[in-house]
Amino acid sequence: MSAVPVQISRSDYRLPLHRRRKLINRVALALSLIAMAFGLVWLIWILWDVLILGVQGINAATFNESTPPPNAEGGGLANAIVGSLIMVLSATAVGTPIGILAGIYLAEYGQRTGLGRVTRFMNDILLSAPSIVIGLFVYTIIVAQTRTFSGYAGVVALALIVIPVVVRTTENMLQLIPNSLREAAVALGSSKRVMILRVTLKAARAGVVTGVLLALARIAGETAPLLFTALSNQFFSVDLGDPMANLPVTIFKFALSPFANWQQMAWAGVFLITIGVLALNILARVLFRQKH
Amino acid sequence: MERVTVPTPTTAASRPMVANAAMAANATTSKVGGKSANKRIKMDVRDLNFYYGKFQALKNINLQIAEKKVTAFIGPSGCGKSTLLRVFNRMYELYPEQRAEGEVNVDGENILTSREDVALIRAKIGMIFQKPTPFPMSIYDNIAFGVKLFEKLSRSAMDERVEWALRKAALWTEVKDKLAQSGTSLSGGQQQRLCIARGIAVKPEIILLDEPCSALDPISTAKIEELIDELKADYTVAIVTHNLQQAARVSDYTGYMYLGDLVEFGDTDQIFVKPARKETEDYITGRFG
Repeated sequence: MSAVPVQISRSDYRLPLHRRRKLINRVALALSLIAMAFGLVWLIWILWDVLILGVQGINAATFNESTPPPNAEGGGLANAIVGSLIMVLSATAVGTPIGILAGIYLAEYGQRTGLGRVTRFMNDILLSAPSIVIGLFVYTIIVAQTRTFSGYAGVVALALIVIPVVVRTTENMLQLIPNSLREAAVALGSSKRVMILRVTLKAARAGVVTGVLLALARIAGETAPLLFTALSNQFFSVDLGDPMANLPVTIFKFALSPFANWQQMAWAGVFLITIGVLALNILARVLFRQKH
Repeated sequence: MERVTVPTPTTAASRPMVANAAMAANATTSKVGGKSANKRIKMDVRDLNFYYGKFQALKNINLQIAEKKVTAFIGPSGCGKSTLLRVFNRMYELYPEQRAEGEVNVDGENILTSREDVALIRAKIGMIFQKPTPFPMSIYDNIAFGVKLFEKLSRSAMDERVEWALRKAALWTEVKDKLAQSGTSLSGGQQQRLCIARGIAVKPEIILLDEPCSALDPISTAKIEELIDELKADYTVAIVTHNLQQAARVSDYTGYMYLGDLVEFGDTDQIFVKPARKETEDYITGRFG
């Protein structure tokens, strides 16, 4: 094709406006880059400090020995790590089915009903409730009644944080599924139950799993709800009926203490939580990307 | 006209090519009336009204759909032809603000008020949609999904059924070596044929096609038209289409709809050759629409 070269004359009436747009574009881009750099600096700084100070405190004893008494040498975080794992995983196990079922209700049944609207509103409130409020609530209804801090109370408090996150992501992910897919399943003679379980939930699976992982990451570092519920325990215990050691409260206690070895251990705990949360986030992203 | 772009071996319909109404006038007049003699009514629609909230989308529709024939519905966008199809399998019930009044009698029973479970009704009256909607599962499971809802088949019987449905939909040779692959990995035309195979696999009595070719290229369209022609040996077919040539090629009966009214309904040859109503003629000859 022999294209005739188009000559844009210098006096083209489009040019002034075009130049203005280009200038505005550059300024806006520069501002966004500065904002991004500002945010990243703190993040990298935090991660760097956590890495440097945390790694120093990590050794075999961290995973093998329980938290030491004051003014004693050695010790580790074994009781806190195990306690955190037990409570975080139990809370996820309790909260996930409730959250997914409620999310299915909101997306597939209660979309435009009054009950659906109320549920969605309450869930949003729960989602943004300060975690210390949840901690105090569970303290009142469980700890004050049973007259003992316990791992169970901790699990309940953490589950209350998991539920709204899972409800919200499940609902959103199911809403992304086009209605044409639902109609196609129903047109074959499938009941609504089969349609949801075998088609829409399956199509939204990656998103729902991502939501669960993010909820897990969120509760892994929660301190306030555990402070009023599971409290802490300086001994190794896997009994959910007793007060239970956990990383966030241990970090809180040890970081405020005057003992250098405790402070060191607090950094080690911070490092472990950070790595764990980072790993969960990366896993969630990888899973989500595979599907989208 | 568009038929010209399609390679001849895939040309489907047994009837002569109908490029436009004028051509049809010379080609097919002799057939009018000849086939009405031995038709059996599969679906009898009486005084059907349909509402989206307060808006009335179908006004007093009366028509009969013949068994083992292809009935086409044509008309400009928004005329209610897809809505009509969605009443035939009660798909509208998924949306609470939609409401139908009147009768849709299938083999003598009004499905709108039938006590039979709506899932059973839909299993008997299948539907293929405008856009391909493969489920997020393997090609094999896409077909098996619907079958498993109502039948307990052995592994080998299911294999046979899947192959049978895929062969019917002219997709078998293309996918037989990758049945375990995801249905979403296929091309658009293949996905649509997969959806048709899925619809046939449950062995419905009536198949509703809602603009099944609107998202497809000419070759895939030709394959699907060929398929529709084969389907009517065993099934009653109702198709909504924007493509007048397609209606003329594949259907035995045609209804022209406008603003919720069924303006004219009759033998396809008659509708395209000498429509009784001026509005139909204007639409078919392109003066309107």
